[in-house]
Amino acid sequence: MQQDAAHLKVTRDGEILQVEFTSRKILDEGNIAEIGDALGALIEGERRPRLIISFAGVDHLSSAALGTLIMANNKIQGREGQLRLCDIAPQIYEVFLITKLNKLFHIYPTIKAARESLQNQGRPPFV
Amino acid sequence: MKHMQIQGKCKQNGQAGLPPTSGHWCGLEIPSTLSRIPEVEEAILRQCEKFSYTDRDLFALKLALDEAIANAVKHGNKMDRHKSVHIKYRVTSRRVDVVVGDEGPGFNPANLPDPTDDGRLDCPGGRGILLMRAFMNNVVYNPSGNSVTLTKFNESPRRFVSRNVAFG
Repeated sequence: MQQDAAHLKVTRDGEILQVEFTSRKILDEGNIAEIGDALGALIEGERRPRLIISFAGVDHLSSAALGTLIMANNKIQGREGQLRLCDIAPQIYEVFLITKLNKLFHIYPTIKAARESLQNQGRPPFV
Repeated sequence: MKHMQIQGKCKQNGQAGLPPTSGHWCGLEIPSTLSRIPEVEEAILRQCEKFSYTDRDLFALKLALDEAIANAVKHGNKMDRHKSVHIKYRVTSRRVDVVVGDEGPGFNPANLPDPTDDGRLDCPGGRGILLMRAFMNNVVYNPSGNSVTLTKFNESPRRFVSRNVAFG
């Protein structure tokens, strides 16, 4: 089942929600607030959210986008849910390394690997 | 967006509405809204492309410009639309220098906590300056802390033979 929120393409696979961004540059400062609202609404619609966010095709990321991801993660943790990030381009992944947010987020190379990790919770990430 | 010559010859490109050619200090002024950031980035990055800056250089510049201008809008001018963000830039085959100033009282960047501390990793904000410093060759604040100068060197091996530079 697929539903679309602002700037997001959302696909449900059982209890897992897969989120993709609909534009390469949507994580600019100018429209990150809308994405944050859309992610927040998705999370609040789930009793125990299990979310995968794919960065396929995303070629830019600001610190405001990182803040939005952290807020989403905090909300998900507050609901005893799970968040996985995947398909992150090398230069975007460098941003996670510099900020050490690779220690906070569970990051996987592909959406398949992220999905498998949610189906086998407790296994450590391997990126 | 106001686009003006700061010093030296800042010729028009021969097409109405385009910013001046590179190599001289040029200036931009925008109101304090985040939605105006992309047009500033576009004006500067378009000049860099003429000098064969690498994709990595352009990624780094866009990221640092995003952070510097957003800081000026949000923290410097407190989103006050009556206040402006002032940008000066100069692009050459070797380097890009960009000065981003706001109309706020300034701050001391040395007083900011380290966002990479384990206890702060789940705090949503405070990473902009860290990223600017990581991706730029030089980041310098003025003494009052309401203006920052970003410098990025051209990492391209083709930087001396790009189409707008000598030999061609």
